Amino acid sequence: MEGYSRKDMGCPQLLDLIPKEREWLVKSAQETNHGLPEEKKLELRLGPPGGDWTIKQVNGPKNESLLPFGHFTKAAAAAAATTPWQHQTKASFFPLMGKESSQTCRTVELQGAEKKVFSPANTAVPNSSSAQKRTAPAPVVGWPPIRSFRKNLANGNSFKLSSGSQNVVPNKDFGKKHIENCPKSKFVKINMDGVPIGRKVDLKAYKSYEKLSSAVDELFRGLIAAQSDSSTNGIKNEVEGEKLISGLLDGSGEYTLVYEDNEGDRMLVGDVPWDMFVSTAKRLRVLKSSELPTLSCGSKPGKLSLDHSMK
Amino acid sequence: MINYFPEEVLWHVFSFLTSHPDRNAASLVCKSWYNVERFSRGKVFIGNCYAISPERMISRFPRVRSLTLKGKPHFADFNLIPQDWGGNVYPWIVAMAKGSTNLEELRLKRMVVSDESLELLAKSFPNFKSLVLVSCEGFTTDGLAAIASNCRFLRELDLQENEVEDRRGQWLSCFPDSCTSLSSLNFACLKGEVNVAALERLVARCRNLRSLRLNHAVPPDALQKILAQAPQLVDLGADSFVHDPESETYNKLKNVMQKCSSIRSLSGFLDVNARCLPSIYPICINLTSLNLSYAPGIYSKELVKLIHKCKKLQRLWILDTIGDKGLGVVASTCKELQELRVFPSDLHVVGNVAVTEEGLVAISAGCPNLNSLLYFCQQMTNAALITVAKNCPNFIRFRLCTLNPTIPDAVTMQPLDEGFGAIVQSCKGLKRLSVSGLLTDQVFLYIGMYAEQLEMLSIAFAGDSDKGMLYVLNGCKKLKKLEIRDSPFGNMALLADTGKYETMRSLWMSSCGVTFGGCKTLAEKMPRLNVEIINEGDEMEGRPDDRQKVEKMYLYRTLVGPRKDAPDFVWTL
Repeated sequence: MEGYSRKDMGCPQLLDLIPKEREWLVKSAQETNHGLPEEKKLELRLGPPGGDWTIKQVNGPKNESLLPFGHFTKAAAAAAATTPWQHQTKASFFPLMGKESSQTCRTVELQGAEKKVFSPANTAVPNSSSAQKRTAPAPVVGWPPIRSFRKNLANGNSFKLSSGSQNVVPNKDFGKKHIENCPKSKFVKINMDGVPIGRKVDLKAYKSYEKLSSAVDELFRGLIAAQSDSSTNGIKNEVEGEKLISGLLDGSGEYTLVYEDNEGDRMLVGDVPWDMFVSTAKRLRVLKSSELPTLSCGSKPGKLSLDHSMK
Repeated sequence: MINYFPEEVLWHVFSFLTSHPDRNAASLVCKSWYNVERFSRGKVFIGNCYAISPERMISRFPRVRSLTLKGKPHFADFNLIPQDWGGNVYPWIVAMAKGSTNLEELRLKRMVVSDESLELLAKSFPNFKSLVLVSCEGFTTDGLAAIASNCRFLRELDLQENEVEDRRGQWLSCFPDSCTSLSSLNFACLKGEVNVAALERLVARCRNLRSLRLNHAVPPDALQKILAQAPQLVDLGADSFVHDPESETYNKLKNVMQKCSSIRSLSGFLDVNARCLPSIYPICINLTSLNLSYAPGIYSKELVKLIHKCKKLQRLWILDTIGDKGLGVVASTCKELQELRVFPSDLHVVGNVAVTEEGLVAISAGCPNLNSLLYFCQQMTNAALITVAKNCPNFIRFRLCTLNPTIPDAVTMQPLDEGFGAIVQSCKGLKRLSVSGLLTDQVFLYIGMYAEQLEMLSIAFAGDSDKGMLYVLNGCKKLKKLEIRDSPFGNMALLADTGKYETMRSLWMSSCGVTFGGCKTLAEKMPRLNVEIINEGDEMEGRPDDRQKVEKMYLYRTLVGPRKDAPDFVWTL
């Protein structure tokens, strides 16, 4: 589930649906439940109106004549329409019209306001005949529950292009290893500043950042040398030869390795555990260190917001 | 009185018992019935491969000819279960080979199958006839080559949605010239090339071939040649269809299709130019089953034209590109429809392409025989579900999936409790239910009250409190499988009736409120349950605190104790 970070806490903070010993926070009643006990009685339900269903009653004889199928009251519908689903404060969610006698509402605490999971505000407005364009809610692992085969189709990947079942769900937010059904290779494009032709690397062929770094070095070393050769009109510079591309990971070299992850953000290579990097990296880029904002030792890991986009 | 019948008579009577529940019931009557039954049982079904050991199965059913095994929990399909969790078939094949079982048929679902297993299978059972693998993984085309080469009487090789590594070998060519017994061949899930010439020859010599599902690598002109050789086909799957309606291939295909008057079931069409669909119009009138759910290239208009000709359809699997209007056409055309599955086509942009409650209501009004539904939709309303429940009281399987898992009623903004309540109340034969959308404990109250035949229930992002889960556990007497994710059910619900779990096959709970302490308590109380915790965290210094919530718990009844093949990240408490 998006936003879940269990790594360092004893219990999940986001989307905390479990009350435990504490009460559900009652959303300020003034906002939502404009005194709706009347509507509660008139709500569409299968049991006799009013009354609190307990398990004992469940086992009793079912009186089907009591079932008011399709019993809607205008009042209930109207009241529902004014429920402020549209108002989304950071700390509240789904104000439910509870059927229990105590009008407790479920509130879900969100940590990090920017991480909204499901936004009822985005969902249908009471007029159901006009289906509106709206942004999809943030993706959740395993939702909708369809098999990987179908997910590839849904994402527009032609069946023959996919080398296996690729899960497009972001797993960064888990803060832990997310092990999926993985194909045996993961080729991503890698471009280098100043080199017009890119290459492809199989991330799964390397087990560590060090190995990747040396592979990148080997890939581009020759290309760079060839370019400098041609730029000096074919006169080989025997002294320089092929220069090693080093310091890709720690900012110490002329170039630095960055990658674009599955959310489209540009990230420094090396921050996350290797496995997580392999599963979230979509393409790599070798940038001139001088072009990166603050790349000194001990610089904070994080997103790089650069003006030029990944070509 | 019946105890005085000689065993031969019992034997004869039992030969008419085909269903597993009936046989299981008969075996409980008395010792002699148990014995007669166990020696006469040829088809064994094991819903959880870890509930029993291969050796014990063989010793109870020495005459087993057909074995069906299921491995991983259902949520493995949605990547909720890590790689290497288990479900390996190899020990079963080894045990049966050792026990000289006369195995003729093996059907596996969600199991890990290695090439080694397939090779052993192929070489150990001379009468082996039928291999059906559904959602399995772990094997390559080399394993298939072993099956093709060695199983002299192979009738059925059916691969459905498996992860198969393609070794670019010539597995199809491994069917010897003497192999003429194939009646069913399905390799649609394979990604690699096949030897088309070998395929054509194979089809030509297998005169009993009834079911053929090809993969994308078989080109359209080969398809046409193959169909010319097999006009007796009843079930056809073709991923690579014609592109150019002006081409010679298209004409040939059109002609050959007209002769395939036996085709009742059609699938595939991964790669198709919709303008070439008229070539299959001649067979549409006879179709009872149509699966276009892998065909994103067919747009609503052409889909509708096609379906309009399929008046005898009983089963339809499509993408939601069909839209509500298209479903209206289905409703007015396919009066005999029994099963409908509508899959989502575009997961990123939410637009007006998808289906809503309107399409479902139209279907329910037009197709009174509908008994099985899987419906991925943009939105739903209680009123619609209530109408559907009234129109279609015969549902056996009802699975509704809103793309936003907690979306409320689109009109009233209420939870969808009442709608699902109507479904369970009306459909007295309901065996399988998946709920979604905004749901409170109330829906579970209804389910517990009304869903008397319910065997499998899937819950996600639903409920308010432990009461919800308790309603279900207390009410649904026939519940076999319960799978719950991201719902607020905790230890109180888990531990309220621990005996219940021995009446069920399994329980899955992930991202709920149960803690290590709760799971440990349950495990201690119930020795005949395996309570497994799946831990994917990278820092696991010692056992976690009892109060810590469990990410993923899977428990199941078993006669053989904790499994010995559990990987590091699975702890059996």
